[in-house]
Amino acid sequence: MDLISDRGRRVTVEELNTSKLLAHAAKQARDRKFEDVLIVDCDAHHYENENFGEILPYMENDVLRQLAMSSRAKQGRGNVMPSGFGYQDMGGRVTRYPLRSSEKTEGGRQRDAQLGERWMDAMGVDYSCLFPTGMLNVGLHPQKEMEFELCWAYARWVTEQALPDSNDRMYTMISLPFSDPEGSLRMVETFGDRKGVGGFMVTSVREKMAVQDNAYMKLYRALEERGLTLAFHSGPHWGSHTFQSCNRFISAHALGFSWFNILHCTNWVVNGMGERFPKLPVLWIEAGLAWIPFLMQRLDHEFMLRPSECPLLKKKPSDYMRDMFYSSQPMEIQDMEALETTFRMINAETQLLYASDYPHWDFDLPSTIWDLPFLTDKARHNILGGTAHKLFKLPPRNEGQKQNLIKYGSYVGA
Amino acid sequence: MAEQFVCKASEFKDGERQIIRIGEAEIGVFRHEGEFFAYSNYCLHQGGPACEGLTIARVEERLREDKTSMGLYFSEKDMNFVCPWHGYEYDMRTGEHVADRRVKLRKYDVVTKGDEVYVVA
Repeated sequence: MDLISDRGRRVTVEELNTSKLLAHAAKQARDRKFEDVLIVDCDAHHYENENFGEILPYMENDVLRQLAMSSRAKQGRGNVMPSGFGYQDMGGRVTRYPLRSSEKTEGGRQRDAQLGERWMDAMGVDYSCLFPTGMLNVGLHPQKEMEFELCWAYARWVTEQALPDSNDRMYTMISLPFSDPEGSLRMVETFGDRKGVGGFMVTSVREKMAVQDNAYMKLYRALEERGLTLAFHSGPHWGSHTFQSCNRFISAHALGFSWFNILHCTNWVVNGMGERFPKLPVLWIEAGLAWIPFLMQRLDHEFMLRPSECPLLKKKPSDYMRDMFYSSQPMEIQDMEALETTFRMINAETQLLYASDYPHWDFDLPSTIWDLPFLTDKARHNILGGTAHKLFKLPPRNEGQKQNLIKYGSYVGA
Repeated sequence: MAEQFVCKASEFKDGERQIIRIGEAEIGVFRHEGEFFAYSNYCLHQGGPACEGLTIARVEERLREDKTSMGLYFSEKDMNFVCPWHGYEYDMRTGEHVADRRVKLRKYDVVTKGDEVYVVA
């Protein structure tokens, strides 16, 4: 297949086959004997817009459903989902973007489940938490009613069609319509007990979101009571006023992911949410790790000067941050000493969860964790899967994995 | 040193590439502007198939005398090849990562014998 290169020059590359593209990842998995290591990927994606034909009919409201479905009809002129600016594919340099539609799958089974199996098998991943891609911008939708409808429809589709087709290897944290606190609560009450639901996810890319607002306390309580995880999944938002001086995607991307998690994590910590909901697992996704030591130091410093503004806190902000969980990707690995310090500061052995973010352009393989020279074996196993096994109650897939979970103290049963 | 046949030079078009295996080694062979270049096919980032992605001219930013930017341009002379996994971009002539020259793919010699192209490993 030809891709467009410089000056319109065409370069021939092979058609996409995920298993073939990731053949080197499969070799890494074999070399490291990942078969005996439970590996859970807590952040992987599919392109849900390619399934809108199946998803949108699940919308509840007749009028909004007709609007959404009409916008997608031939010659339709609407956009049902807010879209962002950017060049994730780097002008085709990351070839799986332009080649995605060329990959062949078999009929009779969800395409995304088949593609997921291919990359999970190649990497040695046992389970992956499936997240949408375009819907990460759902918080930018001007209509909270439409945000609810889209989240609702996706939740029904993913729990009724996609996950049941994944041979129990995919789970999810369902996207909450966070602009609608009552609707978010209804989502938890409706979908919280469904198979494959490990928690709920707030898309962090939102211009106006106060996680400490009283309107959300019932929601957090409902999650805590059910033992479900609350995740914040970050993203870039080049169109935001904050980033309009950025003239390159790299700038908006590098800052955006960190910024939105920094913003919401600050509000979460300063307002004592860790004291209010001490048993609620909170997971911060896809902002890398370098922002965490920065925020810990910054908040601890100001907290010592202004404790009167954080009267609910009984310990330092960094202590509350160490109670929370973080996904590993995209792991900044340029300065190994800095990374080691970061792991120490966040108690990575118990608080860090491996994430690939596949198939996105900056995905990380399990080897990025496994090969770190400063990790203990216990930390390796916990980060790659042991901690997720406890959080999401995912059983080991073979006896070797079970024995390793027992050996490293994280086994909580099948 | 073993020599591994790649293909006939007459069948190896400019701008194309071949992937060959010598034992455990995977090697990408490029033909660029009439010359042959061969590198390890294992990206130094996370081990992706470094030689199997797009080839694309280096992007340059040109400045005027007063240091104002004229914008971005494709280089007239420098060509890169890009690992398709994450976009690690290597210099076609040296195998060096264009952002950090210390990051360098193993380079293999290429010899031609008549119409036949061989990699030496």
